[in-house]
Amino acid sequence: MNTEILGVIFIFILAVLIAFPLGKYISKVFKGEKTLLDFFAPLENFFFRISKIDPNKEMDWKQNMKAMLTINLIWFLWAMLILSFQNILFWNPDSIAAMEPTQAFNTAVSFMTNTNLQHYSGETGASYLSQLVVMCFLQFVSAGTGIAVVALLFKGLSNKSGSNLGNFYNLMLKSCTRILLPVAIVVAVILVINGTPMTFEGAQQVITLQGDTVNVARGPVAPMVSIKQLGTNGGGFFGPNSTHPFENPNFITNIVELISILLIPIAMVVALGFYLNRKKFANIILGVMVVGFLALVIPSIYFEMNGNPEIENMGISQPLGSMEGKEVRFGPASSAMWGIATTCTSNGSVNSMHDSSTPLSGMLQMLGMQLNAFFGGVGVGFINKFTFIILAIFISGLMVGRTPELLGKKIEAKEIKLAIIVALMHPLIILTGTAIAAHTWAVTPDASEFLKWLNNPSYHGFSEMFYEFSSSAANNGSGFEGLGDNTPFWNIGTGIAMLLGRFIPIIGPIAIAGFLSAKKFTPESSGSLKIDSGIFGVVLFSVVVILGALLFFPGLALGPIAEYFSMP
Amino acid sequence: MIKNLKPALILSVMTILMFGFAYPLIIFAIAQIMPEKSIGSPVIVKERVVGFENIGQSFTEDNYFNGRPSAVDYNAASTGGSNKGPTNPEYLAQVQERIDTFLVHNPDIKREDVPSELVTASGSGIDPNITPDAAYIQIPRIANVRNIDEDKLKELVRDNIEKKDLGFLGIEKVNVLKLNLALDNLK
Repeated sequence: MNTEILGVIFIFILAVLIAFPLGKYISKVFKGEKTLLDFFAPLENFFFRISKIDPNKEMDWKQNMKAMLTINLIWFLWAMLILSFQNILFWNPDSIAAMEPTQAFNTAVSFMTNTNLQHYSGETGASYLSQLVVMCFLQFVSAGTGIAVVALLFKGLSNKSGSNLGNFYNLMLKSCTRILLPVAIVVAVILVINGTPMTFEGAQQVITLQGDTVNVARGPVAPMVSIKQLGTNGGGFFGPNSTHPFENPNFITNIVELISILLIPIAMVVALGFYLNRKKFANIILGVMVVGFLALVIPSIYFEMNGNPEIENMGISQPLGSMEGKEVRFGPASSAMWGIATTCTSNGSVNSMHDSSTPLSGMLQMLGMQLNAFFGGVGVGFINKFTFIILAIFISGLMVGRTPELLGKKIEAKEIKLAIIVALMHPLIILTGTAIAAHTWAVTPDASEFLKWLNNPSYHGFSEMFYEFSSSAANNGSGFEGLGDNTPFWNIGTGIAMLLGRFIPIIGPIAIAGFLSAKKFTPESSGSLKIDSGIFGVVLFSVVVILGALLFFPGLALGPIAEYFSMP
Repeated sequence: MIKNLKPALILSVMTILMFGFAYPLIIFAIAQIMPEKSIGSPVIVKERVVGFENIGQSFTEDNYFNGRPSAVDYNAASTGGSNKGPTNPEYLAQVQERIDTFLVHNPDIKREDVPSELVTASGSGIDPNITPDAAYIQIPRIANVRNIDEDKLKELVRDNIEKKDLGFLGIEKVNVLKLNLALDNLK
């Protein structure tokens, strides 16, 4: 077998194997059980004491959501402040200018919402201070927010009665200190060992062998790259993200980063099984996610390894496959796997340029974000899945004539309505945004001169716009980066898409969890719908795929599918 | 929300100190064990920095092994890919032109032997590597320009091949900068 394919199988299996013990550990952290890392407790308690927060005070869903929104608002303002004045602050050896207001808004929203869409390029647009206290900081706490809200959800599902879901502040901080920080330190050290810089010195001027003078940008790269992967953030230190040899120096770091992308999203589902003591239910959900992931990743690897037919026609050889936008040290197979892993998990870091992927690979990457249900971001991934689980229970209930219920709690009209609103919000944001952009482009006379958005003509140009809104709404952050997106239209448009795409899918499901928690518990009987069966897995998978196919197929047909059929 | 404001504000300050300052500084402290790597592994020849180990640089002249095309001309202060779509006619014309140019500079080479990575731009614009085949194929040209025996060059390339990790992970490749440094050191 081709060793490249063997390599990607190895990476995936390793990710799943590490995710199991981590998932068990995460469940312990959520429950407040004893762990090896309890030595963080004095530090956490000190933080809580001076902020006058009682970490043991349980709150209902509304109080928790208020706390979550308040602290996110503070983070947003902090980010705006630093980005707007980075030119006059310290740790700016390369004299980088302040961000323009709409770009600062977009960047602040982007990192606060765990999206990491970047309408700036790291080495020319952000000072070292911004990279650390805005980007790196938000990469921790936005991931911590995602993990904390899924902990609230788990609590809601496990409650037999009562409306308390836990304490958001407590869970957020512990997610950062007990889950993200230890792993981030390990990954950052591995990166430094393999050649990722960690320095506060500015760019170095070199005179190359051929005699060119080049400035080589560098900086405190390693700590940011590790948390960008682990927290499904994805925002790179440099413009081209993990294609850059400083962010991802060799195949070993490529493996470590790829595993870091998948690790916590997979572990979160494992954690559900341990937390609720319903391992079979968790395995069914994990199985659905793995099947969905493989259905996207296998064809993508096939297309990238096959190369670009247009270049085939020029009579040269493509021994590796499609190489435009790819790095030799990674090759097409692991680049294609990364492309799907990063879009399925809402990570958004890239190790190849998605804009230059072959058409159907580009479509599969978009589908990963549009379906948004296979793994997903840290914490929020399972929350998205939860919406689909509610819908799948409702639909199977209708089909077999049983009362729809989840873990002993009846699912009624209120929950279904909320779930449908949340599930439809995602396509609504993407399709509306893309429609407005495409319309604006179409009606602007001489758009390519005047708007300068699109880097590619025809179907592929449409794909660039479609991808950008899919990425924003899914809080992914990758892009078809040819799009000239640093304009007020894209900065504000995608900013709004990211905000809606972040907070509606958090608040909706947490509200459902709050409602379910307060309901009367009825033990499961022979009349209950069995949710830990393979058949339920099939229904769940079908709900995701049918909903996605119906809503996104027309758009995909106009972009990547049309492009595919235009090729020789 | 108002009564949440003060606790949230103080907790934010503490977490900024912890994850924005303390965490990077911990990694910085650990990185000091590896001083060369922590500043990016510079390559020094005769007390002058001529490049960084992992950062590709422009090699376009006939007397060096050429690297891949770059959308940013190997500008390591503003990196990036071409972001050209696979069916973009302008892009395809550019690839065609690169193939023709390559064949002019390497007249002994048949068109079907030109590897695609030598006519397509990388994602970072500073890809430091090419495959061994892409190096071997340039040997007749370099042998001719530098007046070196072809077998000697073949040996040079062979010595510079970086094998797959554990025998199956990654792509076999050569580092173009290291290869050209070794080339300059021949004879």
